[in-house]
Amino acid sequence: MTMLLEKHVKPSIKEVMESGTFLVSGEIGPPKGTDIDEMIHHIDLLKDKVHAMNITDNQSSVMRYPSLGTALIILEHGGEPNLQVTCRDRNRLAIEADLLFAYTRGVRSVLCLTGDSIPVGDHKEAKAVFDCESVQLLQMIRNLEEGKDSGGNELKGGVEFYKGAIVTPEAHPIEPQMIKFAKKIEAGAQWFQTQAVYDMDNFKRFMEQARKIDDKVKICAGLVLLTSMGAIKYMNANVPGVFVPDDLVKEMADAPKGEALNTGVRIMARQIRQCIDEKLCDGVHIMAIGKEDVVPRILDEAGVDINKL
Amino acid sequence: MIITTSKPFEEVLKQLEGEDKVFIVGCGLCATTCETGGEPQVAEMKAKLEAEGKTVTGTIVFDEVCHELNTKRKFRENKEAVEAADGFVVMACGAGTQSVREATEKGVHSANNTVFLGNIQRHGQFVEKCSLCGDCVLEDFGAICPVTRCHKGILNGPCGGTDEGKCETDKEKDCGWTLIYNQLEKMGKLDRFRRVYGLKNWQANMKPGRVIFEKCEEGGE
Repeated sequence: MTMLLEKHVKPSIKEVMESGTFLVSGEIGPPKGTDIDEMIHHIDLLKDKVHAMNITDNQSSVMRYPSLGTALIILEHGGEPNLQVTCRDRNRLAIEADLLFAYTRGVRSVLCLTGDSIPVGDHKEAKAVFDCESVQLLQMIRNLEEGKDSGGNELKGGVEFYKGAIVTPEAHPIEPQMIKFAKKIEAGAQWFQTQAVYDMDNFKRFMEQARKIDDKVKICAGLVLLTSMGAIKYMNANVPGVFVPDDLVKEMADAPKGEALNTGVRIMARQIRQCIDEKLCDGVHIMAIGKEDVVPRILDEAGVDINKL
Repeated sequence: MIITTSKPFEEVLKQLEGEDKVFIVGCGLCATTCETGGEPQVAEMKAKLEAEGKTVTGTIVFDEVCHELNTKRKFRENKEAVEAADGFVVMACGAGTQSVREATEKGVHSANNTVFLGNIQRHGQFVEKCSLCGDCVLEDFGAICPVTRCHKGILNGPCGGTDEGKCETDKEKDCGWTLIYNQLEKMGKLDRFRRVYGLKNWQANMKPGRVIFEKCEEGGE
């Protein structure tokens, strides 16, 4: 079978994970529009500093340059993409077709999400699809891997992806979240990235629960860069499943004027170090949300070089 | 109960451009309960239209405007006023308005928006609990519908937008999946929550829906 991408430059996420290496991934948020220069700058900046880069899929229900297109750009630039696929904007036909295409172009890892709701975004009158959701998407990919589409029809050539999913350690209540975590594994999830975690003690408790459910599935802590007090107040008040604890709020509040971002960098570097040193999880996923330029500095401060992990 | 809300009067008036003589149809069932097409609302519409210079040839409020034969019969009973009208203002649901469409060749205008199949919680408070998917899954979820009561209509548990039992789209709205979880837990049936549900058949009721009793197909009415 002809594969249009003959050679990957980087090891796949699966290869990194299965070698027991601590995975460090970053994230690319595509722009709203066709000026992709800054995004490409971020891709070039991160591709050798992290094992892989997530590409968000119309994140927060805001229409942007596509995740699949960005995944191809990452591959062209010698990076490793982790394609985020949500179920909000495409039905099962469209998702399956995109996945066939992604596979033939060298995408090897897919992160399966349900997707944010339409009203939180910038196309508030759009029709939400949700023909399927994250668990069913994982099942659909497993079917594609077995050579069948979701209509039960035989494929002429299937796919193979390292199937990722999301879990929210700060969800309240946590019990339904943990059941859904188990369902995602049953549906085929091989690895997880968490929603943003800040309270590392709570994250440890979550990991204990998660390991009881499945001690083999790989779990990477999702870390979102703190950039200002305003952002913290917004997240604590408005973002479900995200909670910045008092000690970090105080650390950010005590930062001298102009030092908020540097303080956020220091906090994240410390959290990465803690995850590695205390073997809390199998990797970290760094979400800098517009501040991708500081990611190399975060990794420097954490003393992390992916070639030496 | 079909829940309707009133369109702004200005919108109704605009629909009636070029039609000076109008006949108003209200519904004695759902639209009466919703106060969008009962006797008082029909009387108010008549007064407002007359104040705008329209001639109201007649008004009628009867049960089940959605019943097409019934609506045709009511029109025959009010033949004079119906024939004198240039157009009809229907203060019922979308089904009622389209019943009137079947009963006349003249202009038919809806004064309402039809919003959902609703439960009445108390006077003037209606909520949506069933979205008529045609493939009922209530048995699996403790008689709480995830297709409707979860904003995303998903089948395998809460999304990341749930928080303290509320939905990210509206903090006044319950997260349907938290309700389902609590119900199944109370019933000792969390195994139903743990089960992975495959893709749903969204074509169980292929639009436009149609149900015909077998005996009717053989010529009954």
